[in-house]
Amino acid sequence: MRLITHNMLKCHVKNCTDPDKQFPLRFKDVQLEQIEADRNDEFLVRMLPRIDWAALLKTAKELNIELPDKVPESPADDGEFLSTLHTVILETHVKDGSMVCDGCGHEYKITNGIPNMLLAEHEI
Amino acid sequence: MKLKLFEEYLGDVIAFKEPKIQLEQYPTSAHLASRILYTAENTYGDIDGKAVVDLGCGCGMLSIAACIMGASSVVGIDIDHAALETAQENIDEFDTGGTVDLIQASICIETSDGLLALNEDLTFRMSKKFDTAILNPPFGTKPGNKGIDTLFLQAACAMTRNAVYSLHKTSTRDYIVRKAKSWGFECDVLAELKFDIPMMYKFHKKKSVDVGVDLVRLYRKSG
Repeated sequence: MRLITHNMLKCHVKNCTDPDKQFPLRFKDVQLEQIEADRNDEFLVRMLPRIDWAALLKTAKELNIELPDKVPESPADDGEFLSTLHTVILETHVKDGSMVCDGCGHEYKITNGIPNMLLAEHEI
Repeated sequence: MKLKLFEEYLGDVIAFKEPKIQLEQYPTSAHLASRILYTAENTYGDIDGKAVVDLGCGCGMLSIAACIMGASSVVGIDIDHAALETAQENIDEFDTGGTVDLIQASICIETSDGLLALNEDLTFRMSKKFDTAILNPPFGTKPGNKGIDTLFLQAACAMTRNAVYSLHKTSTRDYIVRKAKSWGFECDVLAELKFDIPMMYKFHKKKSVDVGVDLVRLYRKSG
């Protein structure tokens, strides 16, 4: 799973309702892998407004990945920024480990790069 | 890429190893997948350079097809671990350059009165994050699955900014068109297909059954 996808996942356990803690899910004991992908600037610029930057920044910090605090004013003309963005959201893969909710403590396992978001019946 | 070659490539995608009846796991054929994605890209420009989501992705046939057609990012979601493992094998085999992410999750949840509803808590942050959604949903013909096809379609509409490609029994066409309208989408029937469901389960008496299926394209009404 790439970080662009992690940026869309929130805890959905019943009674876990604090929006500030449900998202982003915190990575725990994760193994990362870089996989090279073709860079498409037009795509990156289009995706940018759909990314929750604060959440991505928080996650990047946890993983010791460098990312600017703020999105530059004209990202389309900022090759260096786009290059970083591409590497962080599209080339950084989480292979194994888990994602933990800071609200309720639920742990979502990641196996072979696939996060398991299924919940037990009493958690729905 | 020529359609014939595209279909030939997709012929290497492995189908469900042990299909589960309750999940209505019927594989999407290479023939069908190639035509859906070929049309989506060449007629509508909905795939190349786009963010695509595949709901009920199963073994990843449509996700891989989207990748080959040039999708910049694909997310496949399925409830079944075994199917996702096969999907991952397929993805590794096709060397998609890490473009496809798989998520094990349930699009629907069972309500207290035994009916199905959208798992909105899960999909909340996926709202309008994709350009295009593609899906071959369960048709909702098994007990307990009533309405699941429409719920998958509704989830797909919520996640996409532009278009949704889906397959539905021709017998439900009027209902699907009405539903689409209520979500702010127009619905075009692109093709009426004969869905060849080969004998996979013990309850199938015939060698294969043809079911009338519509390939539909839903798109947001402008304005």
